[in-house]
Amino acid sequence: MAIEVRIPTILRSYTGGEKAVQGAGDTLADLLTDLDAKFSGLRGRLITPEGGLHRFVNVYVNDEDVRFLGALDAKLNDGDTVTILPAVAGGALGLLAAAALLGRPLSDAGLASQRF
Amino acid sequence: MLSIDAGVLEAIVAHARRDHPDEACGVVAAPAGQEGPQRHIPMENAERSSTFYRFDSMEQLRVWREMDDRDEEPVVIYHSHTATEPFPSRTDINLASEPNAHYLLVSTRDPGPAEVRSFRILDGEVTEEPVRVLNAIVDPVAVQSYMFGQSPATVDYECRA
Repeated sequence: MAIEVRIPTILRSYTGGEKAVQGAGDTLADLLTDLDAKFSGLRGRLITPEGGLHRFVNVYVNDEDVRFLGALDAKLNDGDTVTILPAVAGGALGLLAAAALLGRPLSDAGLASQRF
Repeated sequence: MLSIDAGVLEAIVAHARRDHPDEACGVVAAPAGQEGPQRHIPMENAERSSTFYRFDSMEQLRVWREMDDRDEEPVVIYHSHTATEPFPSRTDINLASEPNAHYLLVSTRDPGPAEVRSFRILDGEVTEEPVRVLNAIVDPVAVQSYMFGQSPATVDYECRA
């Protein structure tokens, strides 16, 4: 079962510069585990220590944002393409206000850990 | 140094003005690794906020794929600050995720000329860079719609060639 995974510029240091790699898995979580065996550290850039997808990373299965497909539980099929894109976000807002807007506490370290 | 087409820069400033008091955001795409025609792509601010921006995830996928198909890169990622200086905030620095992009900031805090500055943001390090405007048509009568952060804080409109 082959899934093509498109890697953004900022994560290509994990894939030896490759823009696209092959992986396998029945779900997104399985795929990321499979990829991490070949490209050590990649998974940690996408998943928080609590085990969820990073808020500031977008992952798509074909044309759908995985947030609408069950996130890490999103089902994958042979021939699917998974695209990873860092969210493009920012603004004049301070970190405390950002936390309020995002609806959860966000320490400076917490936000830094969201960084790609 | 950022080299940017005069028409593209005008369009970015106009976008920032149009969306004020919300932050405006977008991309300039250009052929990968070389100087070439620049394409201005205004993006939706999914947050519709005066202090925060985020590209809509579906629009971003479409635009990033299109750039990929055309062998382009996001050369510039721009956004506006509506009440503060055009300098990257802590949030901007923490969330910067395109290591090869020029981060262009436009401040619309002044109803007069908008202030424009450009930065590289890499691993939490901010480096300001000069901006070179390409293909500018010099019109001594035109009122400037923008000025650079490095410029004097006042602009003398009476000064004519």
